[in-house]
Amino acid sequence: MFPWLSEAIFIGVLRGLAVVSGVVALLILLFLLQEALPFLQQIGFARFFQDASWHPVSQEYNLLPMLWGTLFVTVGSVLLATPLGILSAVFCQYYAPPAIAQVYRRLIELLAGIPSVVYGFWGLVVLVPLIGQLHPPGPSLLAGILILSVMILPTVALVADASFSNVPPDYLRGAAALGLGRWATVRSVVMPAAKAGLLAGVMLETGRAIGETMAVLMVCGNVVQVPDSLFAPMRTLTANIALEVAYAVGDHRAALFVSGLVLMGLIVVLVAIAEVIQQGKIYD
Amino acid sequence: MTLLIWSVACLVVGVLLWLLGDLIWHGIGQLSWAFLTTAPQKAGRAGGIAPILVSTALIVGVCLATAIPLGVGTAVLLVEFSPQRGLFGRLVRLSLDVLAGVPSIVFGLFGNAFFSKTLGLGFSILAGGLTLACMVLPILIRSTQEGLRAVPDDYRRSAAALGLSRTAALWVLLLPAAMPGLAVGILLGLGRAIAETAALIFTSGYVDRMPDSLLDSGRALSVHIFDLAMNISGGEANAYASALLLAIGLMVINAIISGLAHWFRGSRIQVI
Repeated sequence: MFPWLSEAIFIGVLRGLAVVSGVVALLILLFLLQEALPFLQQIGFARFFQDASWHPVSQEYNLLPMLWGTLFVTVGSVLLATPLGILSAVFCQYYAPPAIAQVYRRLIELLAGIPSVVYGFWGLVVLVPLIGQLHPPGPSLLAGILILSVMILPTVALVADASFSNVPPDYLRGAAALGLGRWATVRSVVMPAAKAGLLAGVMLETGRAIGETMAVLMVCGNVVQVPDSLFAPMRTLTANIALEVAYAVGDHRAALFVSGLVLMGLIVVLVAIAEVIQQGKIYD
Repeated sequence: MTLLIWSVACLVVGVLLWLLGDLIWHGIGQLSWAFLTTAPQKAGRAGGIAPILVSTALIVGVCLATAIPLGVGTAVLLVEFSPQRGLFGRLVRLSLDVLAGVPSIVFGLFGNAFFSKTLGLGFSILAGGLTLACMVLPILIRSTQEGLRAVPDDYRRSAAALGLSRTAALWVLLLPAAMPGLAVGILLGLGRAIAETAALIFTSGYVDRMPDSLLDSGRALSVHIFDLAMNISGGEANAYASALLLAIGLMVINAIISGLAHWFRGSRIQVI
């Protein structure tokens, strides 16, 4: 009867829904802060880097071993997965016959769809014993790097594939007219043209590697220590939270929320870097 | 160089086949109708996974029932009813970008503090489902937005020329036309929710009994795999079967998504 009224109500409802969606991120930050801040103010940020070790029961809250653990695993897997992922996208776009490229793309998508707990399980029952035979104990930094590499490889491969397919075909024809070979074209024409996309892919996989919990939890051994070799067991920030939140109370719980905040901080920095790169692309 | 690139491709395919082959080899023998329909015994070493499948379905159900209205509503508002450069839309978009980057374990921390503790839901299916809803929200919104943006503006102009109100145009024209994008979003969210483990360990809990209500703790399939693999010695056989089941489920979902996306692309070319 009053179409303008029902429309106004409808838009009001939509606005309400959008506000709820928008507020979730804020709520997450608020609740992390609410649980972590009182404790942070009480003992100060420095304690998280200067305490003797991570031993919450006796008020020792050093996060450094876990921070190093996260750093090593992330850097290792990104270093391993990036070249493999980019080369596999190059394979898809420029080397494989179209039929094979199609099948290969499907396989990469399949790899991307396997849940992390299944990767972790496979790492635990297949990779860890293999590494254990090579050099005991088995659960180790190396196991974490290998399993994470397999997990994040599809991310780089798919993003790189997409950004290669956005390279203007004229570039390729130009390169062909200049008599460049296939690899020379890829290296000196395609790669520079797709640089922004490739970097975005690297950022994306880095974020995934930092945030990944289950797989590293299952294969890294979870000993609180800075790993001194590839074969040493270690624990990441995420695994630390997953292992201890269920039973942590009081200050211990608050300390875990502090590590959640640190994790969020790392991700925000990454998103900001990715944003800057994306901005750069516009003016390229 | 050609050789190197082909060997990289072979390596990737090899790893995938190794993983899948291993899962199928050890898991297929355990998978049976009885496995799917009986309760676990001896902490999961024997018996089946019936209550776990029910809990998983309930958690995912709660997640989608919450996320779909929220996500679709937000996407419709952002695309159809708010100016591209408006402050409100920009803020919501920024917030969703941040949300999309939050690691799942942080969603778990938040769910534990907000749904379980502050709202008093405890370790329950409801708390787990709502936590997952927050997680899949950005995926759902982005995909619905893309679906709506792909609808040509001519549709909107024709509807206006026919004197349809914007609301009516939305229901009879735009949403049906954006359906493939919506469907892809829902399936992506579904896949993410089924695969998730870390956010559920301390929101929906470990209890492997058949849940009586949404306020009961329930163990999701992914948590079951984790628990069998890490905490139960001798649970490997059933863990293999559960992992195979989970992997198959996700592959089916992904196959439907890529089919839909393909069809979507095809239909869009016909429209324009």
